[in-house]
Amino acid sequence: MGSKVLILGMFLLFLGCENDDAQTVARFTTLVWEDNFDVDGAPDPNRWGFDLGDGTEQGIPGWGNDELQYYTDRPENVTVQNGFLLITVRQEDFNGAEFTSARLTTQGLFERAYGRFEARIRVPFGQGYWPAFWLLGNNCDENPWPACGEIDIMENVGDEPTIVFGSVHGPGYSGGDSIGKDYELTDDRFDTGFHVFGIEWSPEFINYYVDGDLYQSITPEDIDEETDGEGQWIFDRPFYIILNVAVGGNLPGPPNDETVFPQTMLVDYVRVYEQ
Amino acid sequence: MKNLIYINVRRVLFLSLGITFFYSCERDLSEDVQFATFPVNGDIFTDNPVGLTDQFFDSFDPATGANPEGFDRDDEVAFEGSASIRIDVPAPDDPDGGFIGGIFLDRGDGRDLTGFDALTFYVKGSTTATIGEVGFGTDFGENKFAVTANNIRLSTDWRKIIIPIPDPSKLVQERGMFFFSAGTQSTNGFGFTFWIDELRFERLGTIGQSRPSILGGNDSRFPTTVGESLTIGQLQQTFNLGSGINQTVIPAPSYFDFKSSDPNVAFVNELGEVTVINTGTTEITASIAGVLAAGRISVESSETAQIISIFSDLFADIPVDNFNGFFLPDGQTTLGGVIEEDGNNIIDYTMLNFVAIEFYGRDNSGIPPVDATEMTLLNLEIRVNENIDSGDFINIQLQNAVGAPNASIGTFQIPGSSLIANEWVEFQIPLTSFSGLAARNAIGQLFFVSDGTISNISVDNIFFSAE
Repeated sequence: MGSKVLILGMFLLFLGCENDDAQTVARFTTLVWEDNFDVDGAPDPNRWGFDLGDGTEQGIPGWGNDELQYYTDRPENVTVQNGFLLITVRQEDFNGAEFTSARLTTQGLFERAYGRFEARIRVPFGQGYWPAFWLLGNNCDENPWPACGEIDIMENVGDEPTIVFGSVHGPGYSGGDSIGKDYELTDDRFDTGFHVFGIEWSPEFINYYVDGDLYQSITPEDIDEETDGEGQWIFDRPFYIILNVAVGGNLPGPPNDETVFPQTMLVDYVRVYEQ
Repeated sequence: MKNLIYINVRRVLFLSLGITFFYSCERDLSEDVQFATFPVNGDIFTDNPVGLTDQFFDSFDPATGANPEGFDRDDEVAFEGSASIRIDVPAPDDPDGGFIGGIFLDRGDGRDLTGFDALTFYVKGSTTATIGEVGFGTDFGENKFAVTANNIRLSTDWRKIIIPIPDPSKLVQERGMFFFSAGTQSTNGFGFTFWIDELRFERLGTIGQSRPSILGGNDSRFPTTVGESLTIGQLQQTFNLGSGINQTVIPAPSYFDFKSSDPNVAFVNELGEVTVINTGTTEITASIAGVLAAGRISVESSETAQIISIFSDLFADIPVDNFNGFFLPDGQTTLGGVIEEDGNNIIDYTMLNFVAIEFYGRDNSGIPPVDATEMTLLNLEIRVNENIDSGDFINIQLQNAVGAPNASIGTFQIPGSSLIANEWVEFQIPLTSFSGLAARNAIGQLFFVSDGTISNISVDNIFFSAE
């Protein structure tokens, strides 16, 4: 892995020089699906459905991570306004949970293998927030996670406002052993303005980018090397899109006294392109 | 008077603009005309002071106890390069002065800091003490844009400190480059040393989420009459740093834009000084760089409103004998008195069974009792600093004519159900509700009685009012 990163790094450096700092981060340009959130009100039901509750009904209380929120589809937690999707996290007693939020998915509405998946997002901030833009394999019902696969395009924990991470989960490389990388802004933050998060996914690679920076490429060979041959590339079937903000849980830890509620994740658009 | 002066200033400005214009035409300078700008160099100390006055360190006045001797450059210790600033914090009984503090001033007319968002430096201590205050904008003049951060925690290794600038656009010409003040409060009187290196203004870009507040973030009332004034205090601003850590600073009032919703009732100047000029109601709010500050105050001005303040943030308080009469022979267990909390004075009682604030001239102090004949309400805020159980209560008692044959005590009971654990609750109690109070022409004691049902309380903003 080390040598590959180095080679990639040199390659990027080259591109940077050639193109006057304008890196080519994506090549798939044929738009196949998008939501620009142009109509105020509830999200378009032809594009988005909801995962509701605290995961108990799905058999994974706390959504498998001891998360603290209860997902609803109430306008208090999810709405479209002025061209943006708003997912708002509130601190309130609700069905036994201390926080409410929302989780939108395109499951059963839009699922596909390969392509360029991109969204423009502003995240909340503060200890305990865990916003994400990610994909899940569409056969998790028959082939339980992690075997069905997960591609995390953007995750952030609220106490690290300058860092996002992109990763993949599959059999032999899931949870804390997922394969991925951090991307850090050195002179900006992810909670004070919008940033573009995307992947370009083909049978040979998943490339991750933030704004104009390609920062990671994960290939079947990487998975093989990282897992000593145990892991399997399972990213050759349709996946669906998820947008959510979790609170607490194993990754970010619980909110503290200084965490500000309510807060909102803003999504300007979600777009999918093919080659 | 103020208005007249203002008009004059505007006339002068108008006139001078005219002169400039003519001047420009005649001498054909228009293409070269620029606003005066000042150097944008952010460096203050690298291995040497950068662009500072010859004395480098201007100590606070030794007459105030400041020790001017403990400041030097250290060629042995550096975070980067070859030297750092060494500050030896003296013991309180040091003959040269019991604390150290002062400022660094720009040697010129000031610098343009509008392109920066923070003062930063590396610091390490000989021990894990805290530095009481650091900041910038203090120039021993107007201190117009002073900024302070409190209790900077030292490590015995180098650590980067980031002090956000409340609103950089204000700092077009700033001379106050650095400010610090340190004593041995955190080390039980033992002196210690700390080193500062790579001191500069920087544009980090990773500072965000400005959250200003005034009046402790609370919504307050100010019942008053024409001619009264008050100053908006407890100014704070909290930023989230790139590390995810919150850093709070105390900005000078001039960083805030104060606003009165009805300037015909009361106006507020750039220092947060409110002057009541008419009857009516107006709301005073503030913002920094367009971000509305938490906290506001409703100024309620009427012909008859009068205030007698025992202990409050907003009004001039009457003198009192004490905030805890310590009636030990009578079985009082209550401890406590006035303490500072988040820059605000409050009264804190522990082990409460009963306690009194006294203002009747105890031990021939000469302090007069309060004539509350014209008053109608007792206002106070209580925070119970523990869980509240059923059966808990606090009796508020007023005693009139303390020690005289015609003394009388009136009681108003606040049940536990009206209180909230660990939150301030505001009460306005009609004085007619103090059953047993025969007169109120010489009120001299205010009791808090829980009979031990509630042991830990804080109280604040205690005043009589008439409306």
